[in-house]
Amino acid sequence: MYKIVRKQELNASVTLMEIEAPFVARKAKAGQFIIFRIDEMGERVPLTIAGYDREKGTVTIIFQKVGFSTNALGALKEGDYIHDFVGPLGKPTPVEGKKKVCVVGGGVGCAIALPSAKAFKEAGAEVTVIVGFRSKDIVILEDEFKAAADRLILMTDDGTYGRHGLVTQPLQELLEAGETFDEVLAIGPVPMMKFVCRTTQPFGVHTMVSLNPIMVDGTGMCGGCRVTVGGETKFACVDGPEFDGHLVDFAELTSRNGTYRDREAEVKENHVCRIESMGKALIK
Amino acid sequence: MANMTLTKTPMPEQEPQVRAHNFKEVALGYTAEMAMEEAGRCLNCKKPKCVEGCPVNVRIPEFIAKVHEGDFKAAYEIITSTNALPALSGRVCPQESQCESKCVRGIKGESVAIGRLERFVADWYRENVNAMPEKAVSNGIKVAVVGSGPAGLTCASDLAKKGYQVSIFEALHTAGGVLVYGIPEFRLPKAIVANEVRKLEAQGVEVMTNMVIGRVLTIDELFEMGYKAVFVGSGAGLPMFMNIPGESLKGVLSANEYLTRTNLMKAYTEEADTPVIKSKAVAVVGGGNVAMDAARCAMRLGAEHVYIVYRRGEAEMPARLEEQHHAKEEGIEFKTLCNPVEILGGEDGRVNGIKCVRMELGEPDASGRRRPIAIEGSEFVLDVDTVIMALGTSPNPLIRSTTPGLDTNRKGGLIVDENEMTTRTGVFAGGDAVTGAATVILAMGAGKKGAAAIDAYLKK
Repeated sequence: MYKIVRKQELNASVTLMEIEAPFVARKAKAGQFIIFRIDEMGERVPLTIAGYDREKGTVTIIFQKVGFSTNALGALKEGDYIHDFVGPLGKPTPVEGKKKVCVVGGGVGCAIALPSAKAFKEAGAEVTVIVGFRSKDIVILEDEFKAAADRLILMTDDGTYGRHGLVTQPLQELLEAGETFDEVLAIGPVPMMKFVCRTTQPFGVHTMVSLNPIMVDGTGMCGGCRVTVGGETKFACVDGPEFDGHLVDFAELTSRNGTYRDREAEVKENHVCRIESMGKALIK
Repeated sequence: MANMTLTKTPMPEQEPQVRAHNFKEVALGYTAEMAMEEAGRCLNCKKPKCVEGCPVNVRIPEFIAKVHEGDFKAAYEIITSTNALPALSGRVCPQESQCESKCVRGIKGESVAIGRLERFVADWYRENVNAMPEKAVSNGIKVAVVGSGPAGLTCASDLAKKGYQVSIFEALHTAGGVLVYGIPEFRLPKAIVANEVRKLEAQGVEVMTNMVIGRVLTIDELFEMGYKAVFVGSGAGLPMFMNIPGESLKGVLSANEYLTRTNLMKAYTEEADTPVIKSKAVAVVGGGNVAMDAARCAMRLGAEHVYIVYRRGEAEMPARLEEQHHAKEEGIEFKTLCNPVEILGGEDGRVNGIKCVRMELGEPDASGRRRPIAIEGSEFVLDVDTVIMALGTSPNPLIRSTTPGLDTNRKGGLIVDENEMTTRTGVFAGGDAVTGAATVILAMGAGKKGAAAIDAYLKK
């Protein structure tokens, strides 16, 4: 069992939790992920590591309440426990030897982009960060990015905060102005990562993306998370989750991520929250 | 006077039409009377061949004599002196190619039903006694076991009996390896596996789940933590695919994924959060036990048509005859001498068919099996919405890729010497991690050998 030692609502649908998991905290690196399982009947859900404190033995996760399990997790309080929390899984972001990088984060993906930006910085790179949100009310981690980046460009789709527009706009401008990067790392929704890759391709800028396919075990034993990269089948949980974005088959990823959509909708509609019913039973 | 009946005492089973729609155990097991009657068929040979056929050398005639007398507790103690997991082996061993293949009664008629008797004894003990084993006197020496499948559980049990302080590191959230994620509930109820793990814990073995060795800790760190030897029983969990067009469509899964969702995550129950694909018609590609398990799960999950698609003939199938027989009884359709060439999908990206080519058998290949050759122009399409690839698995690369000096063979199996030691001093290995996908009982045998080798190594 793993204790939730801190909980903070970052906005209406995005929650930060710090989980006591000393073994995970000892080894965690930017770019890696964990898998949690809320209780005995819970599913295994992957979340990228948003931070860690090796001394305290805690790992920070930031997640959006999008479906049954993330809503159930979001309903837990400080001091509550979750059943399973395993990691760090996947390969860390390769940060060595890069002098100038641009980290692009979209929405809740910014939570994952932050530790990678920090890791680039610590490895000695000059770091530009471009983050994008739908609107002002869902902006997260602005101060943290300010502290981590040499240059921060904040975008909102509706122009309510920062610059008006999508993350690809400033990226395009920078590249057109002759700016060079050893690497662009994009983390966010699949369409955003796809368009970042389209933006960088004509300039021949090496671009990595952090993929989010459906996972079960996260240790390489099922292939549920398989993606096609450069015509080859890769398992995102062990070979990734970061891959060369110019080689990724995004259409396939989008399609495969919809495998259980009907069932997910049905669960959201009909599922009586076990935690809620357990709570009611206790009150009785 | 021995019971000279030529056939085994039949074991009651759920009716095929009934069991094809539930996940309850198919075989119901002997009653005490049936077991005593069947035990009477054993001739108690002076030189029992059956024992040689058992990878963990269960003292078969001795335990069967006790069953015949009705002293089931004594029978249990004889079995468990060499076999830590009789409730499991009695269910999933291919006895027909092991102990029972050597039984003299099998020359004229059927061999003694050793597996069924072993299972009966283990079940009787669990239901009537279920005493937790005693903790041995500790010798204070720490040994780490990586993986809690049949190899790791057996190795840990044998080491604990000798007084070692054993920790098992398991990557998943439940201990048992293939016994919990692979073999379905209807062949091996998970409560039985859990009971075996509890017995191990009573012996003082520490079972740590959610510990992915290679990521959370490396083998080198285990030594730094004070473990004096490591046994790697991490299995062969890496699924193979065919690399044919359409394999990334929605509705194409490895058998490992399908079985993990169904068994480990309990997707067959209403209460589980993990979804499993709801199929009308399923093609399972492959002819091994895993293919049979996947097909039988698909039937139970409500599919109307389930096909086994296998490129060789029925006689060449690696699955146990009993499993093939059970599958057929439950309505699974066998498409043998068929090989998939493409998986077809609709605009929604979902599978809507599998294109196969008919095969004929040519000359035997290096493995001694007749090589299947495609018949030109014989392509046909099976209408299915799900394709499950059960082509086999190979050893997971995570440990070997994070442990310097750990050599593997061409197929990814860890190389071990005659003492089960890998190319790293103090690191031993056994089971599928060494051999590639094999059987539960061979893994148990390897775990046993590994424990003996570790004991010898640490006593040096």
